[in-house]
Formats: sequence, C-alpha cells, structure tokens
Amino acid sequence: MTMFDLSTMATVMIAVLALSLALAAYRMLKGPGYADRIVALDMLTAVVVSLSALTSLATGRSAFLDVGLGAALINFASTCAFAAFLERRRGSQ
Amino acid sequence: MTRLLVATVLLGAGVVFITIASIGVARLPDVFQRMHAATKAGGIGTSLVVLGVLVAGGVARPLTGVLTIAFMLLTLSVASQLLARAAYLSGAPIEGLDRGDPLAGVLDRPAADTTQARPAGAESDTSVSSKRAS
Repeated sequence: MTMFDLSTMATVMIAVLALSLALAAYRMLKGPGYADRIVALDMLTAVVVSLSALTSLATGRSAFLDVGLGAALINFASTCAFAAFLERRRGSQ
Repeated sequence: MTRLLVATVLLGAGVVFITIASIGVARLPDVFQRMHAATKAGGIGTSLVVLGVLVAGGVARPLTGVLTIAFMLLTLSVASQLLARAAYLSGAPIEGLDRGDPLAGVLDRPAADTTQARPAGAESDTSVSSKRAS
C-alpha cells in the first residue's frame, strides 16, 4: 500500500516537472545569446536528473538512478566545454 | 510511516525548488540572473529529490544516489563560475547595474563588440550595453 502511494506520487511529480522542462526548453529556443542557451542546458540536465530519480521511484527499478548519475557527469563536462568554447570564440574576434 | 512522510516532504520541496528555478530561467532578464536561478535553486532541488528517493527506500545501490548528490553539489558551483566568466568575457549584456561595472578594469570585455557578437533578433538588449560603453 505504501509503495503504491509513493509510486503514484512520483508519477504526479513527473507530470509537474514537465512544466519545468517546457520552461527551460523555451529559454533554450528563445535565448538571445549563446550563454543563455548553455544556462538552459544546465537547467534541463538538472531536471533530467531529478526526473530519472523519480522514475526509479515510480517503476521500482534502481537502474534509473545510474542514468541520473551519468546525466550529472555529462552536464559538468559539457558546461565546462561550452564555457571554454565561449571564451575562445571571443578571443578569435 | 515516518519514513514515508519524510520522503514525501523532501520530494515535494525538491519539485517546488526546481519549478521556481525554471520559472526564473524563463523570466529573468539577464544571463547572470538566469544563472543565479538555475544553479542554486536547481542544484538544491535536484539534490532534495534524489535524497527523497534514497529516504523512500527500495533502492538497490544507495551509493549511486549519494554520489549523484555529492557530485552535483561539488560541480555545479565550479561549472557556473566558469560559465559566468565566459559569458562576461564574451560581452553578454548586464541588466540593472546601479553603480557601473566593478570588473571594468580587471577583465577586458569587448563592450563595443557585443552588438555584433550576438545573433540576430537580440536588439532589445543592446540599450544597456551601449549605455555602459558611453
């Protein structure tokens, strides 16, 4: 009974987090500069990590937590790479 | 039962934090303010959600969740500092500065090139940078 309650609640929270995904995707599509899009990517990956954690709670499969850890690792590497790209791009002008 | 309650509170607080962070990313006027919303509130919200999943139990390897929380708390600040430096150096517009730019003589920033460095369709933000350059 308790597991059913938790998985139902996790499903509702996944539906709520879809709003956050939509807002971050709006900023990524609209954002006037490259830095805005990189910030939106950062936010999008944070939402994805929590979505995968909630999915592991909703389905009872612990492997989704590993997906979240992988997304967090890729987030750090990609943000550092894009920041280096932004600095170097300014230097070439 | 207490465990279920604590997990529910942690998950709800995390989802509220993430929602506020994404509203800030969508609505704040400036790259640095958007970064302020995304990094701090987003990192805390994600950590709270993962912690709530760990507290709820039923996870085969809890070390993965602990590693995720530690990694996010350690690296989000470093990544946002790198990104803020790169955005400042690349001449992103800054809104709402009262007393000028404190970093004006410290880091060289192409104030005149900001209008050309950004893609088309960004004409609404150029007033502040041109005002600062004058």
